[in-house]
Amino acid sequence: MSASTVAAAASVAEAVPKASFDWRPVALVLAVMALAVPAVGSSSTWITLTVAGLAMGLIIFVIASGLTLIFGLMDVLNFGHGVFIALGAFVATSVMGYGAGAGWSGFFSVFAAMTVAMAVAGAVGWAFERVIVRPVYGLHLKQILITMGGMIVGEEIIKVIWGPLQIALPLPDELRGAWLFGDAAIEKYRVLAAAIGLAVLAALVFTLNRTKIGLLIRAGVQDRSMVEALGYRIRRLFVGVFVAGSALAGLGGVLWGLYQEGVTPQIGAQVNVLIFIVIIIGGLGSTFGCLVGALLVGLMANYTGYLAPTVALFSNIALMVAILLWRPQGLYPVTNR
Amino acid sequence: MTALDRILSHDPPRSRWLAALLVVVFVVLALAPFLFPGAKSMSVASKILVFVLLVASYDLLLGYTGIVSFAHTMFFGIGAYGIGIASEKLGAGWGAVGLGLLGAVVVSVGLSLLIGLFSLRVKAIFFAMITLAVATAFQTLASQLSDFTGGEDGLTFRNPEWLSPAFEPFETPVFGLLLDGKAFTYWLLFVAVTVLFLLLLRIVNSPFGRVLQAIRENDFRAEAIGYRTVVYRTISNVLAALFATLAGALLALSLRYVGPATTLSFEIMLDILLIVVIGGMGTMYGAVVGAVLFVLAQAYLQDLLAVGATAVQGVPLLQDLIAPDRWLLWLGVLFVLSVYHFPTGVVGRLRSWALALKVKS
Repeated sequence: MSASTVAAAASVAEAVPKASFDWRPVALVLAVMALAVPAVGSSSTWITLTVAGLAMGLIIFVIASGLTLIFGLMDVLNFGHGVFIALGAFVATSVMGYGAGAGWSGFFSVFAAMTVAMAVAGAVGWAFERVIVRPVYGLHLKQILITMGGMIVGEEIIKVIWGPLQIALPLPDELRGAWLFGDAAIEKYRVLAAAIGLAVLAALVFTLNRTKIGLLIRAGVQDRSMVEALGYRIRRLFVGVFVAGSALAGLGGVLWGLYQEGVTPQIGAQVNVLIFIVIIIGGLGSTFGCLVGALLVGLMANYTGYLAPTVALFSNIALMVAILLWRPQGLYPVTNR
Repeated sequence: MTALDRILSHDPPRSRWLAALLVVVFVVLALAPFLFPGAKSMSVASKILVFVLLVASYDLLLGYTGIVSFAHTMFFGIGAYGIGIASEKLGAGWGAVGLGLLGAVVVSVGLSLLIGLFSLRVKAIFFAMITLAVATAFQTLASQLSDFTGGEDGLTFRNPEWLSPAFEPFETPVFGLLLDGKAFTYWLLFVAVTVLFLLLLRIVNSPFGRVLQAIRENDFRAEAIGYRTVVYRTISNVLAALFATLAGALLALSLRYVGPATTLSFEIMLDILLIVVIGGMGTMYGAVVGAVLFVLAQAYLQDLLAVGATAVQGVPLLQDLIAPDRWLLWLGVLFVLSVYHFPTGVVGRLRSWALALKVKS
């Protein structure tokens, strides 16, 4: 290889600009964490709150990542996403109730609950896509109405099966309590939840960036018709993403239910509002934006919940308004939308 | 007929059956205190009136402008709470009602303007999500500020003297009915709803209303022709909020009570969506037909479900499915089915029949 070709290759590499990473939203997360230090006062409380916020953020991310991918890939906004959260949580109550009767160990019953919840939510998601979503592709108005109707029906069916009242979902004894680092108490379950969230994040990043399916999904988010023109059946891919997203919502429901140590049929509608705020903040369709948005929402909820409980209700809305003033398309806008 | 045509803003029912139906509804509602003096039927008639106005104002958004809002009950609630809080704090009287209404209208217009300017800039889908978030926060706020709003229990208050049940100006019954404040409240509702409904009909048939429909059909083209779609959408949002607030105020006057369950709850939002779809999106008359059908069904079908539930008692799954508490399940199924198979609603069906008959002859 002569010197001139090496130089040419280098100039070509320079001519194709590398996509520069936008670090400012990430800096915002760190800034929120840093600003909370003087506001909270004691460092041990700050550590507790921050770990809780990050754990909550990662749980929200697990739930919201599916929704944002579904929207990005197929332009389908699923208002019924909350049903899978509630479904996952209720399946977990049944599985863990059975596990307690059968004398399973705490860890085993938690992981069994997660597996079963993901399977059930994924299967119901497949049916939901078939029956509710498929006939209204491309019709935004009808999509919103239909998926909202699906959400109501799903919630009522959950009430028929599990009853309309709150069901306790206690943590197994192995996961109760907290580790003490100096004065800072870190609850064991939050660490586990954060670890599962990180594992899901790693799996998603790997799938999206290192596999062919991920490549197709990312390409589909950018330009659906181009991918179709290249001969890929994006509908089939979409069904896969929908099922995976529903399964993740089911997993997130289990995590959320254990976080709250109880589930109500209304849990889906409540969390739905939260994840809408997250994906609006992150930029509709963006996976990384969804992560940043989820962390911001989780942190804000915990800090304001400690500092000013009465304002905490509106902290998420205020956050959304502030971010939309800064970037009307969300933190990481997806091009082509 | 020209006078009637002008009152209807040159937007006649365009179907003989629909016209007959509307006339029957109008006459029956006007004479309801004489025809059905019972307490339950009067409350059903009042509810029909309030829902006609509420749903018609929502149709301005959904049917004519083509945007989905989930915050309509919030404005409805603001209207009701405005009257309720003012009447409770200031004592019964027209002054309190006027002040409460004024306050509610100011809050609603301000809030809807803010939400509209914020979220209608970007994408219609944003609007649906943001209104859902704001409405949920507002609902929590209303139940948290219990000193002010009465929390989950709500507020019971008294109406101005003329509208209070104890007010009986005539000693003897008129046409077999002892006229009291309740009847006057009902007629106040009737007149107000009729006037406001005709006003809405006027709005959607004005040049402004045509622009809204153009935006619904193709917002890109409407923008290209030179209409600022953001401005039109925002005005539509503010108008819808304003009329919803008035409907809420009327509800408060007729119930003499406000609470989260009757005004702010998500169930009411679902009722509105269902009525719009059943009646027919983008037709103001659909609000009338839908509200009458739906409120009657809600009032009397729940009893039927109770009968059905006792009939299938003992059958394991079926008895849970038909229980009156699961009313919302069947509502949701009905909603999904009607969005699929019945998108133009009752009014759309009647009009296309009339059109088919005309083409045939």
